[in-house]
Amino acid sequence: MKKRGPLFLLFISVVLLLSGCSSNLLVLDPKGPVARTQSNTIIFSMIVMAVILLVVYILYVFVLTKYRATKANEGYEPPHEEGNKWLELTWTLIPVIIVIVLSVVTVRTTNAVEKVPAGYDNEKPLVIYAASSNWKWHFSYPEEGIETVNYVNIPTHRPVEFRLYAYGPIASFWVPQLGGQKYAMSDMVNTLNLVAESPGSFMGKNSNFSGKGFAHMEFEVLGMSPTDYTKWVDDVKKTAPKLTETEFDKLLNTELVGRKSYSSTHLSFRPAPEGENAGHHHGKANSTDNMDNMNMDDMDMSNMDHSQHE
Amino acid sequence: MKINSNVPLEYSTEENSNKILGFWLFLGAEIALFSTLFATYFTLWNRTGNGPTGHELFELNGVLMETFLLLTSSFTCGLAIHAMRHGFKKATMVFFAITLVLGLGFLGVEITEFVTYVHDGATVSTSAFLSSLFVLLGTHGLHVSMGILWGAAIMIQIKRQGFTAETTNKSFIFSLYWHFLDVVWIFIFSFVYLKGMM
Amino acid sequence: MNLDKFLVKGEPMIYAAMVSIVVASLAILIGLTYFKKWGYMWREWLTTVDHKKIGVMYIIAALLMLFRGGVDALLMRAQLAMPENGLLDAQHYNEIFTTHGVIMILFMAMPFIIGLMNIVIPLQIGARDVAFPRLNAVSFWLFMAGAMLFNISFVVGGSPDAGWTAYFPLASLEYSPTVGNNYYSIALQIAGIGTLLTGVNFIVTILKMRAPGMKLMRMPMFTWSVLITCVIILFAFPVLTVALALMMFDRMFGGQFFTMANGGMDMLWANLFWVWGHPEVYIVILPAFGIYSEIISTFSKKNLYGYKSMVVSMVAISLLSFLVWAHHFYTMGHGAMVNGFFSITTMAIAIPTGVKIFNWLFTLRKGRISFTTPMLYSLAFIPIFTIGGVTGVMLAMASADYQYHNTMFLVAHFHYVLIPGTVFAVIAGFHYWFPKMFGFRLNEKLGKLAFWFIAICFNITFFPLFFLGLNGMTRRMYTYSEGSGFGPLNMLATIGSVGLAIGFVILVYNVYWSFRYAPRDTTGDPWDARTLEWSTHSPVPEYNFAITPNVKGMDAFWAAKKENQPLYEGKIEPIHMPNNSGQPFILGVIFFFLGFFLVFSMWVPAIVTGVGVVIMLAWRSFERDHGRHISVEEIIETERKLGGDTV
Repeated sequence: MKKRGPLFLLFISVVLLLSGCSSNLLVLDPKGPVARTQSNTIIFSMIVMAVILLVVYILYVFVLTKYRATKANEGYEPPHEEGNKWLELTWTLIPVIIVIVLSVVTVRTTNAVEKVPAGYDNEKPLVIYAASSNWKWHFSYPEEGIETVNYVNIPTHRPVEFRLYAYGPIASFWVPQLGGQKYAMSDMVNTLNLVAESPGSFMGKNSNFSGKGFAHMEFEVLGMSPTDYTKWVDDVKKTAPKLTETEFDKLLNTELVGRKSYSSTHLSFRPAPEGENAGHHHGKANSTDNMDNMNMDDMDMSNMDHSQHE
Repeated sequence: MKINSNVPLEYSTEENSNKILGFWLFLGAEIALFSTLFATYFTLWNRTGNGPTGHELFELNGVLMETFLLLTSSFTCGLAIHAMRHGFKKATMVFFAITLVLGLGFLGVEITEFVTYVHDGATVSTSAFLSSLFVLLGTHGLHVSMGILWGAAIMIQIKRQGFTAETTNKSFIFSLYWHFLDVVWIFIFSFVYLKGMM
Repeated sequence: MNLDKFLVKGEPMIYAAMVSIVVASLAILIGLTYFKKWGYMWREWLTTVDHKKIGVMYIIAALLMLFRGGVDALLMRAQLAMPENGLLDAQHYNEIFTTHGVIMILFMAMPFIIGLMNIVIPLQIGARDVAFPRLNAVSFWLFMAGAMLFNISFVVGGSPDAGWTAYFPLASLEYSPTVGNNYYSIALQIAGIGTLLTGVNFIVTILKMRAPGMKLMRMPMFTWSVLITCVIILFAFPVLTVALALMMFDRMFGGQFFTMANGGMDMLWANLFWVWGHPEVYIVILPAFGIYSEIISTFSKKNLYGYKSMVVSMVAISLLSFLVWAHHFYTMGHGAMVNGFFSITTMAIAIPTGVKIFNWLFTLRKGRISFTTPMLYSLAFIPIFTIGGVTGVMLAMASADYQYHNTMFLVAHFHYVLIPGTVFAVIAGFHYWFPKMFGFRLNEKLGKLAFWFIAICFNITFFPLFFLGLNGMTRRMYTYSEGSGFGPLNMLATIGSVGLAIGFVILVYNVYWSFRYAPRDTTGDPWDARTLEWSTHSPVPEYNFAITPNVKGMDAFWAAKKENQPLYEGKIEPIHMPNNSGQPFILGVIFFFLGFFLVFSMWVPAIVTGVGVVIMLAWRSFERDHGRHISVEEIIETERKLGGDTV
């Protein structure tokens, strides 16, 4: 009996892969430097993996076609083979080399995407607090003194520093075309640096399951030219109502709301969990002091408390 | 039943030595269990919320008392096994009895301590620190309680049956367990109480 | 008492489930009474301490759970087939994917593997039973108590709804107020104790009960894989037990471990969960590797290539499995350094895994490969699992993972690992060892038909998910909009899942058909296999081997057949066997009720049942049961009846 399943599979995967790449898969259609780094990393790893798959598949098909039991080889007694030191060393060392290469790529790109993207590091970033609550997103612009719900407008070609935290369950802030996600949690603030390099509307969402309304936690990120952006900010300041504490509490307790705009932020009366009483300060690139948060010993997380002394 | 007379009675049958190996493995799992509880405690120990810190809460006297009782009980437990190896039934019984009484004493002090904490308003729901403290100490205390029941059951069996391959095996395994609880306590004493009081 | 607290109402599906549970239970009760099988059930199954029967019970339970988890899966796929579908509401969908995950991992994959372990390991090492047969029965009944407790949550009180990972604060009382997550924490603790005891039992069995001459480096690969797995169980499961206990404290006793106020730390749960959770993946994968090694070697008619490096790579995987847990939450924000470290350890696992893949391929090389049903599953495993493996390496790269995390890409990846890895393996092992359990083979034609359905439809179901993930579809969303463009690929996946379901139905029909019509195997060695379990009769007599085999090398039975080395030397002696006991079953029942009362915070009955547990322990302690001996005459008679030639 011939086994065509895997061949067929390989064929399908190649076809789907090609068609997939040509259409616009969001992750592979980046609109900013962070997402571009990630998209390149993904495509690079896909190519490496395709080569590995190909080697395995060729060997596999060869072995299966050549050594299957047939009438012709009846009576053939397969030899006893203990193994071969050199062959086994080969298929240990080549993967080791591949893993080293991938490790270098990973460490470099991970560092790159945690930082303000190269080329933008001299600019003062626009700080936006993004807080999740069941089940919506609140965006506060402390410098501009405005706040929006379920949509966020950003100027293009300017680094944006999203500071993420949550009212309630863990959420994950994700705008696939601008960059990968990061968690928003209740007892600390995470930082995510993004830049949009072309104007347009980008889909953003919570990607971490947070209960019943989770599927509806989408928001729009609108990249605008700097002039349009300033105009929009002025507009909001002029026309939108102030965000009072009661209004904010009402917002928190409403499960699903549409878009909202306010001409003040909730940060004054409900500050983000940072500063003295906050938990960790994560997400800063190269923060070596965080290394001991994750002790290598599986049973020992004894050092987790160190950053509390900050 | 095959009996190997070159080794102590508690090891003498295949089943016996299997049980001892099995129990060592189980203690390996117990180490993993307590390590996790310690890791949790160390993660949360200064997250005291609005509740008291360890420094405010811990009293040296009670803790020293507990330590003394449990360490001594571990010693007498060792003596009991030593007596058992020499076939001294009465001495074994007496040492086991002392061990269990000391264990009860330990529990008594620990319960008093818990009552004091709760009386001072430090309960399991006061803060993350107290949750982890109570669960760590409570798990150890529960182990001691189970150990006392188990030890008592073994004493009854020795009294009835004398030293057989079975009863000596059980006694030996019990002693492993008891020494283990002692070791855990030493960690609690050093890393929870002493560290907390400093 | 107010029944509203217990019964979930208002959903046709729940009513259907209630009715079916009642009907099925009644059918079992009436059937047992009608055929006067109560005594048989009690004597032969409920009280058994025989590793083979316990193994069969594990597998039956696992198959039942496979169908429960499978129905969950079909419901999810049906809901996602079209945008804005209204089949399930959010709450329902959340419960279903939660139970799907928990059941498939803990109540399907684990017991299936433990079942095969039970049946095969003592036979493979030439032992008469496991080291602690009574404890083995306790393990099984604790698992069963946990599984039943978890399953009744669907109709009594409500299922857990915070995902199988039950992240806090979502799983806290505040955000998940039903008793669902109480079930989660308590049922898993009970079943987890059973698993831990299995781990201890099998380590001792393998280390101490091997037949004379079977050195460690002569053990069959499946035995090796189980030994290593049990070591992982030993160190991983206590972490789960603690995590679940803390969860229980938070939900039921006002604990503040993972809360948002009073110093609690939600990240601690994620860490504890995955310190167990990642090794758990290898707990279900390593025995699968062992099963494949046996089958590939048998049906290539060759010894396993690179035996030593196979063992070394499994040890390496088991060590690394404890060093990678944080890759499940790179996005928690612990900085580039930490993420880099965990990326590298994670990718390093690919190295020993790759070694194994190549060793299997080289076992096939120069072999004479026959495509039996178990072999088909094993062969399909290699290319499909490799996809799972390489996508795993892609996910391991932290920077890229920020884009894959929580998406359908991840869902596709772990199904590509767990289904060809674990599910194919247990099905392959089930077909392979079936004649050993029951004395006849499953029908090959039906087996192959089921295989092709499963292998092809698996890919149709899960391959599209890679693309959905890259296109921004996250996991666990119960609905999506038309405009998202997720519709067509989801429909494709749903169609595939139906085919997958058909495959499993054929598989079960095959069991039924073969029970009725398959020719009996009288040789005990229908596959012309290599290891000791095939050297005794099928089905295996309760004492396994009339004479303890004498092992002189690797693949002892093969050597015995090819080189006429005598395997059984010496004469038949009386065999010491343990007595059956009802205690493990009773203990399981008590634990079930203890768990139930705890779930509903009914303290008085909980304390009473808790005392019951202590009484059971005391009963066991004071019991003096030295087992029994099977006489030489009886053994000779049994051997004669089974057509034995070992005498």
